[in-house]
Amino acid sequence: MNEQQQLDELRQIRNLMERSSRFLSLSGLSGILIGIYALIAFGLMVNYLHEHTFDIMSYYQLAFKPNGDTNNAFLHFGIILSGAMVIVSFITAYLFTLRKSKKQGLKSWDKAAERLLLNLLLPLFAGGLFILALLHKLEIGLIAPAMLLFYGLALINASKYTFNDIRYLGVMQIIFGLIGAFHTDLGLILWAAGFGLLHIIYGSWMYFKYER
Amino acid sequence: MKEIIYAINQEFESRVRLGIMSVLMVNDSADFKTLREMLELTDGNLQSHLKGLEKAGYIQVKKKFIDRKPNSNYVATRLGKKAFDDHLKALESYLKKQK
Repeated sequence: MNEQQQLDELRQIRNLMERSSRFLSLSGLSGILIGIYALIAFGLMVNYLHEHTFDIMSYYQLAFKPNGDTNNAFLHFGIILSGAMVIVSFITAYLFTLRKSKKQGLKSWDKAAERLLLNLLLPLFAGGLFILALLHKLEIGLIAPAMLLFYGLALINASKYTFNDIRYLGVMQIIFGLIGAFHTDLGLILWAAGFGLLHIIYGSWMYFKYER
Repeated sequence: MKEIIYAINQEFESRVRLGIMSVLMVNDSADFKTLREMLELTDGNLQSHLKGLEKAGYIQVKKKFIDRKPNSNYVATRLGKKAFDDHLKALESYLKKQK
């Protein structure tokens, strides 16, 4: 065996190890789009607050009417807005990932994809239930930070099964979530920064690193 | 130099065997279909190399039935993992010596 053959062999081994254990068709482009959706959702929320003469910092106080009753109209608006954002984001990520794996000539649904999805969904599912509890207890100011926190944990958990880069995105989301948990008035802005800006930055980074 | 060449394991001379071990090193187990797709091999070719690795004691077969169809799951043994690691180290040091 000569040197070139040895090098080829090592390269082949590494390639097989990566390909068989990690799902490498996650689309960076969908990250950018999801970031844009988040910024649109943020814009709609800011607009809603302005219509009710509230500012971004005290948004969570709109959950109560001046007489102390819960403001169901505001809560419903928030639930529908974030619910729509989650659904549209998932559909976008799914479609773009499918497209990318087809382009790469890979099977889109294999063991690696299954493991990635499971490890992403598990913390998200726990987070979803936790947010329902916050909503039930009317701890509205903690909902946006909790979304960041659990999403960050889900990304770190899933990073073992796809590009390792999403680990850093996860760490950043957790930091934003924790700051928001202590500074409730920054919650909405951090949410927009985490789900919006970070996704756009990360998505562009992934796009130029792996897809160009 | 001599001992390095010796350490480059004869059982791994075939790329297919090295490929099978690569997949089994990073996955707890893999079934026949997964291996076939990963390595892009024919059934017969893959089967004979799996037999070889099994004979060397590097992998273990766990046969199960899924919907009454036989399903073979392959796992790397501790011996196999050690042999693979040693082989990689030998390859690396061989390359370093060449420089």
